[in-house]
Amino acid sequence: MDERVTTPQDLAGTIPIAIKDLTKVYGNVIAVNRISFAIAPRTTVALLGGNGAGKTTTIAMLLGLVVPTSGVVRVFGADMGRNRYQVAQRINFQSPYVDLPMRLTVRQNLTVYAGLYGVANAEERIAYLGEDFQLTALLDRATGKLSAGQKTRVGLAKALLNAPELLLLDEPTASLDPDTADWTRQKLKEYARSRRATILFASHNMAEVERLADRVILLDSGRILEDDTPRALIETYGRKTLEEVFLDVVRGRARRLDERDKPEAREAS
Amino acid sequence: MSGVSLEAGAVVVLLMPNGLDASLRRIGALVRRYMYLLRSSGIRLIELIYWPFLQMLTWGFLQKYLAGTTIPLAQAAGVLIGGVLLWDILFRSKIGFSTTFIEEMWSRNLGNLLTSPLHPFELVAALSVWSVIRLAVSMVPVTVAAYFFFGFNLLSLGLALAAFFAVLVLTSWSLGLVSAGVILRYGLGAEELAWSLAFILLPLSCVYYPVSVLPGWLKPIALTLPPTHVFEGMRSILLHGVVNVTELWWALGLNAVYLSIGYLAFRWFLRGARINGSLLQLGE
Repeated sequence: MDERVTTPQDLAGTIPIAIKDLTKVYGNVIAVNRISFAIAPRTTVALLGGNGAGKTTTIAMLLGLVVPTSGVVRVFGADMGRNRYQVAQRINFQSPYVDLPMRLTVRQNLTVYAGLYGVANAEERIAYLGEDFQLTALLDRATGKLSAGQKTRVGLAKALLNAPELLLLDEPTASLDPDTADWTRQKLKEYARSRRATILFASHNMAEVERLADRVILLDSGRILEDDTPRALIETYGRKTLEEVFLDVVRGRARRLDERDKPEAREAS
Repeated sequence: MSGVSLEAGAVVVLLMPNGLDASLRRIGALVRRYMYLLRSSGIRLIELIYWPFLQMLTWGFLQKYLAGTTIPLAQAAGVLIGGVLLWDILFRSKIGFSTTFIEEMWSRNLGNLLTSPLHPFELVAALSVWSVIRLAVSMVPVTVAAYFFFGFNLLSLGLALAAFFAVLVLTSWSLGLVSAGVILRYGLGAEELAWSLAFILLPLSCVYYPVSVLPGWLKPIALTLPPTHVFEGMRSILLHGVVNVTELWWALGLNAVYLSIGYLAFRWFLRGARINGSLLQLGE
């Protein structure tokens, strides 16, 4: 993990995300505990962890929705506590816990957000996204009358309206059936490749993480436990799947292969 | 303006995110969102007119009844119904501001808005513009009906009406900002405040009676409220035919103070919501 610690150059530069010693405390609960990481352009990174691991709070601090107790959050070099608006147009976000107004039609919702994000060719863009996300027939239907899968597609279309360089997603396939979830992952991969975008997503779906992520940051109780590629983590822990690694790590019953050879580990076993 | 090439046929043209044009565009986008919402429901449109209309009828008939008695003040045309209509300007504008804001929380849309390039002052400006549009939808038919039912012409207040209108709307925004901030910080549990805050002003603003009725210690407090000067001004015109310009200047000056306090309070509550994480639990 040490080699991935955020450097002063990361904080000063314009890489998509640079976090240093980020901490969030609610009362006497430490939601995020001195985490540091930097994300290079054009990578897809998963924040992996169970409920209460600190994934959503970390994303919320990256979006400026939550003010950190201490530490630094920089997005494209901008301090998100002070200069969020410098970079807000280059980012977008989707979460199943945030909705678009239900009474508005899909087209109306997308038109409003196109205005907020400053998309000059809104009509063309909405038509394009409508086709790309199989929403054309739904554009004039009230958003509240759509199925969960359709709403997710609308949420993604909203998140891609401004073709963001950085896309933040909180559990992008939560409550979706396997087919829609797979379709969504495919779309995200296509977008990341074609736009050369950076994606940070929170998830506790291992298949999703293995399929999408170039890198995994494993959180537990607000701390980073691991930070590596999915393949490297599986190999490091001598497991077959990321799910096995995750379960072992968060239940505290796993040791990295490189630690098993240490004398204290042999004694313990 | 910058163009970003995506796959074949997909080009996004982004306008500059800073400056007056960008702010106006974002305010316009939000007002358009509120317009879509109103258009989506005929019931909402009827509801906008329904209560002010009932109010006007009730007080209009009372006025008509009192006019037949020997009470001198009641015989002065329009004092009661004028008070009702002007009070409704304040109340409806406040409700318009607050409910439009609460609507974002009901629809769990605030997270999307607050992560977009929208600045807090632009959100406030959009709510303010929309409260005036809602007010017009609400009050114009009722004002016309007041003329036909009771022969009361609100326009008889002349140019002062525009000033009264401005004062009351500005006061409503101050109240709306405070209640929106409290709801933002404490969640929809504080929703009741949005509905009831304006009523604090009802007894102190002397809507239906002159300031002279109040006990001595309460008069200075009443005079610190901008609407008090509006209702005193209205009575001055209707009863004596005199426009008291000093009252209006006082009201506008006080509004500048209250509006500044309201905006600062809104920003303070928003900051508090960002610190304690309540923006993550919106709607609960």
